[in-house]
Amino acid sequence: MAAVLAARALRKSYRGKEALVGVDLEVGAGELLGLLGPNGAGKSTLTKIACGLVRPSGGSVEVLGRPAGSPPARAAIGYLAELFRFPGWCSADELLVLHQRLCGSAGGASERAELLELVELSHAAGSRVETMSKGMQQRLGIAQALVGSPRLLLLDEPTSALDPVGRRIVRGLLEELRRRDVAVLLNSHLLSEVELVCDRVAIIADGKLVREGRPADLERPRGVEVETANGVRLFEGAGREEAPEIVARLVAEGERIHRVEVLSSTLEDVYLEAVRGRTG
Amino acid sequence: MARSVTTVIGYALREGLRRRVFLAVLLLSLGFLALYGVGAHFAFRDASGFAEGEAKILDPKAFTGATIFGMAMFTTLFLGSVLAVFLTLGIVRGDAESGLLQPLVVRPIGRTTLLLSRFLAAAGLSAAYVLAVYGGALAITWQAGHWAPDHLLGPALALAFAVAIIAALSLLASTFLSVTAQGIVVFMVYGAGLTAGLLAQIGHAIHSATLHSIGHTASWVLPFEGLYAAALHALISNTSGLTGVVLQLGPFGGSEAASPGLIVWAFIYTAGVLAIAAMAFARRDL
Repeated sequence: MAAVLAARALRKSYRGKEALVGVDLEVGAGELLGLLGPNGAGKSTLTKIACGLVRPSGGSVEVLGRPAGSPPARAAIGYLAELFRFPGWCSADELLVLHQRLCGSAGGASERAELLELVELSHAAGSRVETMSKGMQQRLGIAQALVGSPRLLLLDEPTSALDPVGRRIVRGLLEELRRRDVAVLLNSHLLSEVELVCDRVAIIADGKLVREGRPADLERPRGVEVETANGVRLFEGAGREEAPEIVARLVAEGERIHRVEVLSSTLEDVYLEAVRGRTG
Repeated sequence: MARSVTTVIGYALREGLRRRVFLAVLLLSLGFLALYGVGAHFAFRDASGFAEGEAKILDPKAFTGATIFGMAMFTTLFLGSVLAVFLTLGIVRGDAESGLLQPLVVRPIGRTTLLLSRFLAAAGLSAAYVLAVYGGALAITWQAGHWAPDHLLGPALALAFAVAIIAALSLLASTFLSVTAQGIVVFMVYGAGLTAGLLAQIGHAIHSATLHSIGHTASWVLPFEGLYAAALHALISNTSGLTGVVLQLGPFGGSEAASPGLIVWAFIYTAGVLAIAAMAFARRDL
């Protein structure tokens, strides 16, 4: 799978303080990569370098083979910042028109209508931004990021202001983007959300990439828990493969089995282990 | 690129309209012109007998017209400068800190085009405003006292250019300073420029080479002041005799005409200020 986003030996320092230390990361077409890490770990810096808002101190970032921040790279991305604001006097439709013009999209009214429908804001096309709730503005921000059909979408905490219904809408949207072969880099603190939608997870701590892989591959077996007539027994370190053997042995010993559960570490366990309890 | 420029200019215009900036400016400017009209009427009426006598040493109409119209130009420059500063307030650092700038900057338009488009919008609007108020004051002055300046177009263009320079300086300040600091710094620079101009005026009157040199240097360091002084001079450049001398020495008189060098320098200066602003913006992490 050709990389849509490729960061190689990426470094960034702010006045001598290292924010990123040699990060290598790739996101392929149609892939949804969840970027996790404590506050101040360097997630937003990486995202901002990818869209040309911040200049790297070393290494490189390419979008579809073009240097991040170059006009062709910018034409290929959509971005929603963690802290963003749209002009309050603008209506949702006017905001999308502005971004269509700035990125040269020929989508016209049909693209705007489709994007507003995707984020379930069709009813608010004529509403001014200043009259919208924070959640509506965040969904409008996602629609804005999708103007011009970007090949790479960079979302920095896109669901931080959303209620559960809003989060479900965004999850559905991300699934739809995967079907359309759009690559997505998703910065989020919501581990359950990342676990639900992301193909791969990358964990950053102190500017370094400390863990990367599919959520299922990152999780490790914790043991097999068996409930018998004599109580609950935990076979630590055992996995799914060992479970039938454990049950057969207990039955042979005359135990009556009521419940068997294969325990594995959650993404939260993996995350906490990777960041060693660090918080920003 | 042209499409991006017109898009950003249109965005700036719509922002001004929706935020009712233009409405407020229009109402206040009409208020100023109404007051100016009342002032001009009574000034011409009461000055008609001024310096009467056997030896009529002063032309009351020219003296009154040039003085009150010079005052109108001072106010026009001030109002145009306020508009230029507010239209460029927080355009870079302020908007970046509030999160307004990032969604625009990541688009293919590019930072330099974005910055220059915002300058064109602010400078264009401020210059158009100055021309409109200048035209209004000119019509009122003619109506009240049948007096017109010696040159009509030159002073208007000089004032318009002066506010464009202030818009460029304000834009440069916005790349380095927070919103409040930007406003304070630009108005202090504006005040310093006008004060230096007055010093030059005084130096000219009392034949002080040092004061005149200070004013001359200031008009090159801050060419909006040189253009303003040249605009005042053009009002009465053909007025001769004691009336011309007295007007030149007054607070709204200009002792020096605009040299071609000053005008060329003003263009180079504006381009230089914008180039520095664009370079600073290009290097800024957002």
